[in-house]
Amino acid sequence: MANEGIGAAVRRKEDARFLTGRANYTDDINRPGQLYMVLVRSPEAHAELVRIDTAAAEAADGVVAVFTGADLEADGVGGIPCAWAVDHEDGTPMAEPVHPVLAQGRVRHVGDPVVAVIAETKAQARAAAGLVDVEYQPVPAIADVAGAVESDAPQIWDEAPGNICFKFGIGDAEAVDAAFDGAAHVVTLDLVNNRLIPNAIEPRAAIGEFEPTSGEYTLYTTSQNPHVIRLLMGAFVLHIPEHKLRVIAPDVGGAFGSKIFHYAEEALVTWASGKLALPVKWTAERSESFMSDAHGRDHVTHAELALDDEGMFLALRTKTLANLGAYISTFGPAVPTYMHAVLFAGCYTTPVIRAVVHGVFTNTVPVDAYRGAGRPEATFMLERLVDIAARKLGMSRVEIRRKNFIKDFPYQTPVALEYDSGDYGGTLDVALELGSWNDFETRREEARARGKFRGIGLSTFIEACGAAPSALAGQLGARAGLFEVGQVRVHPTGSVTVFTGSHSHGQGHETAFAQIVCEALGMSVDQVDVVHGDTGRVPFGMGTYGSRSLAVGGSAIQKALEKIIAKGKKIAAHMMEASEGDVEFADGQFTVVGTDKSTTFGEVALTAYVPHDYPEGLEPGLDETAFYDPVNFTYPAGAHIAEVEIDPETGVVELVALSAADDVGRIINPMIVEGQMHGGMAQGVGQALLEACRYDDDGQLLTGSYMNYTMPRATNFPFFATGHNITHCTHNPLGVKGVGEVGAIGVPAAVINAVVDALAHLGVEHVDMPATPEKVWRIIQDATA
Amino acid sequence: MPTVSMTVNGKQVSADVEARTLLVEFIREHLDLTGTHVGCDTSQCGACVVHLDGRSVKSCTMLALEADGAEVTTIESLSNGVELHPMQAAFKEHHGLQCGFCTPGVVMSVLDLVSRNPDPSEAEVRDWLEGNLCRCTGYHNIIKSVQAGAAAMGG
Ligand code: FES
Ligand code: FES
Repeated sequence: MANEGIGAAVRRKEDARFLTGRANYTDDINRPGQLYMVLVRSPEAHAELVRIDTAAAEAADGVVAVFTGADLEADGVGGIPCAWAVDHEDGTPMAEPVHPVLAQGRVRHVGDPVVAVIAETKAQARAAAGLVDVEYQPVPAIADVAGAVESDAPQIWDEAPGNICFKFGIGDAEAVDAAFDGAAHVVTLDLVNNRLIPNAIEPRAAIGEFEPTSGEYTLYTTSQNPHVIRLLMGAFVLHIPEHKLRVIAPDVGGAFGSKIFHYAEEALVTWASGKLALPVKWTAERSESFMSDAHGRDHVTHAELALDDEGMFLALRTKTLANLGAYISTFGPAVPTYMHAVLFAGCYTTPVIRAVVHGVFTNTVPVDAYRGAGRPEATFMLERLVDIAARKLGMSRVEIRRKNFIKDFPYQTPVALEYDSGDYGGTLDVALELGSWNDFETRREEARARGKFRGIGLSTFIEACGAAPSALAGQLGARAGLFEVGQVRVHPTGSVTVFTGSHSHGQGHETAFAQIVCEALGMSVDQVDVVHGDTGRVPFGMGTYGSRSLAVGGSAIQKALEKIIAKGKKIAAHMMEASEGDVEFADGQFTVVGTDKSTTFGEVALTAYVPHDYPEGLEPGLDETAFYDPVNFTYPAGAHIAEVEIDPETGVVELVALSAADDVGRIINPMIVEGQMHGGMAQGVGQALLEACRYDDDGQLLTGSYMNYTMPRATNFPFFATGHNITHCTHNPLGVKGVGEVGAIGVPAAVINAVVDALAHLGVEHVDMPATPEKVWRIIQDATA
Repeated sequence: MPTVSMTVNGKQVSADVEARTLLVEFIREHLDLTGTHVGCDTSQCGACVVHLDGRSVKSCTMLALEADGAEVTTIESLSNGVELHPMQAAFKEHHGLQCGFCTPGVVMSVLDLVSRNPDPSEAEVRDWLEGNLCRCTGYHNIIKSVQAGAAAMGG
């Protein structure tokens, strides 16, 4: 049998259905008698709702119902809850205004849903939506996070004076101030971390269906975590108990964080299906996605780094304004705080750190996790500062990093996290080799001879993945546990079905998770099927985000496999008339130590289901479930190198090479790992060079389609170079860390460091993202004027 | 309602449709061929690419009525689900897909490329894919897959 266990580049089991058009995405599903929902969304960024007239829409062809916020309120529908609260530093709770499913009294961002129109066909619903007459009384709006905290800024919520949701702080301010006072050098940086729109290529969609005889609701939705949606929507919004609510997230066409959150449309189709006793379907148009999917990033940060004469980091001090949008999204407050500020040690021994983050309301779409979620922002800030420091002190960018690397593990940072393992110097060596760092200067000269500015940039970083130890997350404000569930069902003839609470929307769980089973039980991947994405089939789960699937979900499967093997040994001992302690299991065989007695896993499985001759007191069957709660986060780390060439005539930045060396922990499937790295790297390049969500001063979304939001295309990239330097996670049973986000976290800083390097001879110290041709051209013009 | 007739995946189909029905809506909603996807409303993403009389087109960008009398092929025509077309097999072998949502459009698009240029260079594949967005793969393995698929098809 070919080795299909851990470490094999097994080709994906799920590919055939995607390649042949036989996949099953939410919009591919049609339920008998289904109705179609179209939403009337606010064209205003901030306005009082004076009057909503639905009469013409209600009278239109095919229209079955028209609902407004008043209908939901009258029916006791709750607001959309936040799953992670962040207190002010003084311990008082954050401002938590209600986030209604349909607007109540006021709209607060362009795209805010106001009216739901439901009709027999999509075309009828769309036409009738055009007949809804909403009178808006616009009030002043603010979209810009820095502007929102000005004293004269429009106020968005009565309960959030100054538009402040929370004022978060971490670290010892006094110690940091003292370290700055005595420092030989201080470097400072003001930066903007550009707002992004996730843009999974599958638009969100949802179908609600109600079965009146049982009172059971089914929601099909484009989600990364169907159990979380069941919990949030069932318990807080619609008050449906879990046993009457089934949430199915079938094939999902990419997510990148944007499909974690509980969205209004999910609650609307579910609720309306109950009211109308017919299935109700909604599918986003792309232009709706732009104004209703949670956005990412959007920080303004001031950062300072203190160093001694030798280039050792003494202290870091930062203040960040984080845009939360108009409403608090599911994990909105956690992203700029517990996924951002606690990362500020990076891979360095900086002894004291003080970080302040203010969460700010604006008249924009809610902001929440997008691939990397807080960690790209942390990395960008740190790695830009380190480069600026290296130049100021006249040190090499490699040496200043190496000198400050954490070398001994476990390592307790001054900002809460304890890193379990890593080898940052070794990873950097791999990257320097991959990126041909040492002979770069000849390439710079060669480019200069052609009239081009060539630059190279490096970033070295850590991430915290594998969320999360539930007790710790609870102390930090999480309102749910963050364990994961794995169930391993061995069938009578020895094949296996695995049920996981993780969800795959491109990551290849159906293959990689099967490989974990193959490794443990000595079988081939076609004997193992992985089921995910259905609360009706999977016992429980917290879903997929923050690179947690393998570290937490995979570990749960491994724990369940350990129970299977332990029970199998009891059965095998009985079958072989040996004592349980003498039975060993390897390569699919149970053997009695020191004898030639053996029996196969398949025979043990069959005996478990045909227990005619069976250990006394042991339950029949071979089906085990494990709930795995990690004891710590995992800490993947990497070193990324970008090389760019700038045409000074046009300002165009060409990415000529991009190399990533990562320590992602133990690798289950190297092919999938590489693919995950590539995808993250491309999104990192997108942030650095191409993508920016823009609002105008009145809160109108200027980048509302692919015509004006620049998505990365095939022509924007060279082939990538990837490499590894693996250390194992010390606290989970697989030794794995996580790979989903590495590229998005490490690459933006590497690319901008390369851009700045290319322009450094002009005195340029910093370039904000994205480094578009226009911006770069202007910088060059200003510098050479 | 006007009647539209065309050959889809070798089968003659005919239906009464509203004049505003897009070809992609006809394919997905009337014929239930859901392998062709919709990823945008501005003709940029390429998730909807099918072949119309042998050339790749974005099926969201034309009316069903404009395809009257035409020969349309969709992703479903390439394989019975057991045997993969060489281009599909190359995508599997080279991990040219992750979430799979862009994949049918990408595959249909590059088959048109290969029919014109049996041995495309990396740059030619990247250029050709200007009209196909993929958010998952960073395009790296898509390019590898297309070149391998072209070679397997005899290019
Ligand atoms: S659906 Fe996006 S181009 Fe056709
Ligand atoms: S594979 Fe997901 S968009 Fe291309």
